[in-house]
Amino acid sequence: MSAPFLLEARELSYRTGAHLILDRVSLRLHQEEILTLIGPNGAGKTTLLKLLIDLAQPSSGSVWRREGLRVGYMPQKLHIDAAMPLSAGRFLQVAERGMARVREVADEVGVGHLLQTPIAAVSGGELQRLLLARALLRDPELLLLDEPVQGVDIAGQAELYALIREVRSRHRCAVLMISHDLHVVMASTDTVLCLNRHVCCAGRPEVVSHDPAYLQLFGRQAAEQIAVYTHHHDHAHDMHGNVIGEHHHHG
Amino acid sequence: MDELLWRAAAAGVGVAGLAGALGCFLVWRRMAFFGDTLSHAALLGVALGLFLNIAAPLAALGLCLGVASLFAWAERRAGLASDTLLAVIAHGSLAAGVIAVSLLSPRGGGLESLLFGELLAVGDTELLLISVVGLVVALVSARCWRDWLSIAVDEDLARIEGVAVERARLLQLLCIAALVGVAMNVVGVLLVTALLIVPPAAARALSRSPEQMAALGAVLGALAVLAGLGLSVAADTPAGPSVVAGACVLFALCHSAAALRRG
Repeated sequence: MSAPFLLEARELSYRTGAHLILDRVSLRLHQEEILTLIGPNGAGKTTLLKLLIDLAQPSSGSVWRREGLRVGYMPQKLHIDAAMPLSAGRFLQVAERGMARVREVADEVGVGHLLQTPIAAVSGGELQRLLLARALLRDPELLLLDEPVQGVDIAGQAELYALIREVRSRHRCAVLMISHDLHVVMASTDTVLCLNRHVCCAGRPEVVSHDPAYLQLFGRQAAEQIAVYTHHHDHAHDMHGNVIGEHHHHG
Repeated sequence: MDELLWRAAAAGVGVAGLAGALGCFLVWRRMAFFGDTLSHAALLGVALGLFLNIAAPLAALGLCLGVASLFAWAERRAGLASDTLLAVIAHGSLAAGVIAVSLLSPRGGGLESLLFGELLAVGDTELLLISVVGLVVALVSARCWRDWLSIAVDEDLARIEGVAVERARLLQLLCIAALVGVAMNVVGVLLVTALLIVPPAAARALSRSPEQMAALGAVLGALAVLAGLGLSVAADTPAGPSVVAGACVLFALCHSAAALRRG
């Protein structure tokens, strides 16, 4: 089966001044695939996301996107100055004028009751849901989520991840997500790409979690935690060939 | 006297109304300093206009547009924060402008009217220029409002959603620059920024949406001009500073009203 892909990055490098932020990163994203980017702080994850959707320009390398690809983007943070009087509903209406559609999408992610609330007064979890709603208003074929559970309490995090899974299967869109929650990543992702300026390793979660480069970055304890979660996936070990991007170890 | 007052009111209300609406973007994006930079550039423009024998308002307008373009270009390249960049441009042109004016009119008589404006001396040329510039700015703003708002909320999301961010921002800077270029005649170099910042800041207290804030900002700006003119006529105070004082009183009233309503 040759799944058609939505997006391909070829040898992307990005530097600011003397700092090399990303070093020849390549990846492919297939239709309806869930790909999660993991990696330590400063690994270039957000930069990579921005390069993929033209919010920043690579120093070298190129990005190919399927023509007319509709992208929904959930940024890591929203900086709306308190000087702007903006209700949650008006925030969504910036993207979509039709109030009926705004209400429908807001209801879908569980913020329908907040439309009149000033955006400065919503909680962290509600704000993330509003951002997700705004991304969904684009009717995306690809959802890019930059740390979608940031600033959300533990109980809310699980709910939010469940919502993302639900939304993905309903809209049948691909998801490219940055996350720090290794156990969630490993349990509900098709592909994991471990980034530390370059691609350390990439592939199916159960493969990556045994990769020496991964173990070195996240430590054996984290890896063992994940092994429990992915235990029932063990039959997939023979898909080692499915690795995407370069696969080199350092040490 | 009556006609003088009429012209002053028309010019002042037009400029302050537009400034009260467009100034919202400077408040939302924390770019209050941009107004200062432009007005200082306008002063340099007037001075250069005297040298080159170009009508002062036109020269001021030209230099404001030039400086706004320079800023838009440099902002993406200099690797400096925009307020730093604005400070360099602002103080550079203020210094050059004051030097140029003092060379031309050694007794400093011209300088004071430039710094504080001559609202009650607005002539036909200024009024015509204000009308034309005001109309163009109003039309462009109405057309671009949606894009501008989207960028003010979040630039990355705007870009993803298909807004041509660079073009829209440049248009916005040019509109504000054009407004400052003509507003100089009304309140003078030192107080132009007040027309862009104070009415929107007052309107914030009573608004629940961006559009309300812009509309209320425009109304408050116009009110400030009328109040200032009234004071100027009644008590023979300088018109420009009276307008700004009026705006600040409105600011205090709006925020007190909001505080009372909150209980």
